[in-house]
This record gives sequence, structure tokens and C-alpha cells, in this order.
Amino acid sequence: MAEVKLYGFWPSPFSHRIIWALKLKGVEYEYIEEDLSNKSESLLKYNPVYKKTPVLVHGDKPIAESLVILEYIEETWPENPLLPKDPYERAMARFWIQYGVDTVAALRAFYHGSGEELEKAAKELLEGLKILEEQGLGDKKFFGGESMNLVDISYGALGYWLAAVEEAKGVKVLEPSTLPRLHAWAKNLDELPVVKENIPASDKMMAYLTAAMNRLAKN
Amino acid sequence: MDNDQVTLLGFWASPVAMRVRIALAEKGVRFEYKEQSMRNKSALLLEMNPVHKKIPVLIHNGKPICESLVIVQYIDEMWNQSPLLPSDPYERARSMFWADFVDQKIYDMKRKMMWTARGEEQEAAKKDFIDCLKLLEVELGAKPYFGGETLGYVDVALVPFYCWFHAYETIANFSIEAKCPKLIGWCKRCMQKESVSKSLAGPHKMYNYEEDTSAFRASTMLLV
Repeated sequence: MAEVKLYGFWPSPFSHRIIWALKLKGVEYEYIEEDLSNKSESLLKYNPVYKKTPVLVHGDKPIAESLVILEYIEETWPENPLLPKDPYERAMARFWIQYGVDTVAALRAFYHGSGEELEKAAKELLEGLKILEEQGLGDKKFFGGESMNLVDISYGALGYWLAAVEEAKGVKVLEPSTLPRLHAWAKNLDELPVVKENIPASDKMMAYLTAAMNRLAKN
Repeated sequence: MDNDQVTLLGFWASPVAMRVRIALAEKGVRFEYKEQSMRNKSALLLEMNPVHKKIPVLIHNGKPICESLVIVQYIDEMWNQSPLLPSDPYERARSMFWADFVDQKIYDMKRKMMWTARGEEQEAAKKDFIDCLKLLEVELGAKPYFGGETLGYVDVALVPFYCWFHAYETIANFSIEAKCPKLIGWCKRCMQKESVSKSLAGPHKMYNYEEDTSAFRASTMLLV
């Protein structure tokens, strides 16, 4: 079996997504930490278009963009399937994964915002998450049903990461009073061993986010 | 598959709706096309795409599928003839990467090139656009299509934007062919296929549409 390498960035939920998928599939891999302020020759070689993490390298073949990597992992290691078998159900799963791209944009605005902009971003994020809760998650425990799948993986940042940003900003969006089912989903996801054991410690995460936000505020 | 009921809700000027038309035509799937109004959305559209209220929407035996690339993947899985995605997982990932690149980079640029203020911002947007097309030219390489010998997923994702090129060039005052002759060569090669030529709108019609709607768009931020 060819070697698997993951070039990642420890605080980034995009990298965490890949780690969870590889662990769920039982794939052995080498993790290489990237310093994004000083990108390695390898990263620039393997992802010349975006120069970002995560990048998966399987043998000598690089794959970039986390959602593309997730689909690749799903197809290459079919045991413990993370997408439905039925083509229609699979299309619905991919629709919700795609909806997450809008969610990421809203999360970014929330992360970057302050004052009035932060209020506006929080409101827009809440509206977007209401649709996700009502029409995407519904009454299910996970998007994948009884267990997590690629859709849950793609929304992972809504748990531990959003909680840390909310604390740093002093503004809450994902609460039991506003988004009861999604809040419960996030708690359940964070409790799963594959997630719990493969995210940064919350104090380390907080320190990083606070410092990053201060840097942003100065610029 | 004779009893299949396939309906496409689209808008004539939308490149992402054209993607679905090309995919269905490549597979020889018979479908009913229902033109949608963007300003006055039908009850059917709102029912079939309650989340985004946008086209394209494919309705297959009563069940809706939304998001153009999700629809194209679904079509590829449901109808096996003329496969659009390769079977090898790495080559599939490569196709998905470049189709996503089109969505991330090309789709958005139109707005910046045509609808933003003139001057420096527009020049920067034009340069960005050409740089992205040049990256696509490198990916195409010596192949006749991104899919190799036949039309593939990336071809379907990208070629609809060709009918917008005349509008971009006229409004933003530049020549795409001068900078990216190889890409234009590929566009023309695709246009020789009926599945593409019958699915794309005419470039002059697109230019007129752009002019007609620019005022409306400025006031409402309508996104097509």
C-alpha cells in the first residue's frame, strides 16, 4: 500500500476534517505540520494553485481542497462508508456539504467581524444555521443518521471551533435556545472519540484564536 | 429507464443551468425543460429548492436535486453511458478539483470584471481572470478535452462560460483569445459537439442581456 501523507495546520478545522476521515477509515498516515507563515517547498510543489493546507499525498499523487480530499478518501478506502449508497441520498448529502461552503463564509465573517459587523455576521450565521438545522439535520442524531458521515465531518467546525470563537468574541450563536437540535448535534459530535481525540486542546485553541484575532484587529 | 420523468428548471442565460443541459444531452436523456423567471419565482421552483430558491434544479421522478455540480455528478451516476467522471479515484479527484476551481474563481470574476467600478479594480479583475484561464490551459495540456478524448466533468463545468466571453470582452475591453488562444481553441472544439452548441446561449444575446439587466442588477444585486 502506497504511503499516505497529510500536510496540515494544527488549528485549522479544514485539516481536522481530513484527520477524522482517515481515522474513521483506519488509514495509516504521516502528519506533517506546515508553518503557514513560512510555507515548505513540498506544500508549494503539491498545491501550487492555492498554496494552502490541507494537502493529502498518496504515493506521489497530491490532492488539495478538503472536500475533494474527503471524496477521494471515501472512494479509495471503501470500508466504513461515509456517504450513502443510493445515488439520490448521495446527491442530498453532497447538497448539504455544498451548503456548508456558504456556512464557512458566514463563519469567516463572524471570525473577522467586530462591533456592528460582528452583530450582522452573527445574525446571518444564525439564519444560515436555522436552515441547516430544519432542512438538513431535521430529527436525526447525526447527518449520517446513527453515526457520523462526510456531511458531519464537513460541519465539524460548528462544534469545538465555533465554541472557541464565540468565547473569544463574547458573542454566542449556536445555543440550545436558538438552535436546539444543531446544538445537541454539535455536543454529540464533539463527544465522539474520533473527534474528541483529534482536535487541539481547548486552551491551546483559545490562545491561538485570541492571538490571531488581535493580529487581525491591529491590521 | 423509459419511464423516467426528468425535468430541468433553468434560466436561459445561466451558465450553471447549461452545465446540466450538456450533461443530459451527452447521455441522451430525454427531459422536459421549464424556463424560470428570476424576478418572479414560480411555486414549483420554491417548492423544489426551498433552501436557495435558485436554478438549476433537476427533478427526477418527482425528486429534486439542486446545485449544478451535484446534479451533474448525480446524472453521471444514474446514466452510465458516456461517463463524465473518470473511474480512477485520483483522476476523479483531479476533475473535481478543477471543476471546483471554476466555481471558486471563474464564476465570481464576472461580477468583478463587469459590475465593479472601472479603473484599477477592473484591471486587476481582468488580470486575475486571464491568470485563471492560463492555469486551466496548463491543466488541459495537449488533450483535446479536459476529459481526454471525450467531453468530461471539467469540460461541462467550464464551457458554458464561453458564451459570456463576448460580453466580458466588450464591456471590460480586452481580448481573451489574444491571451488564451489554446483555451479558445478548446471552446470552439467543444462547440462542434451538438450537446454543447445546443445548450449554450448565443454570445450576442448574452451581451444584450448584460446591458439590459445592468441597471436592474445594480439596484437589486440579482445574481446570475
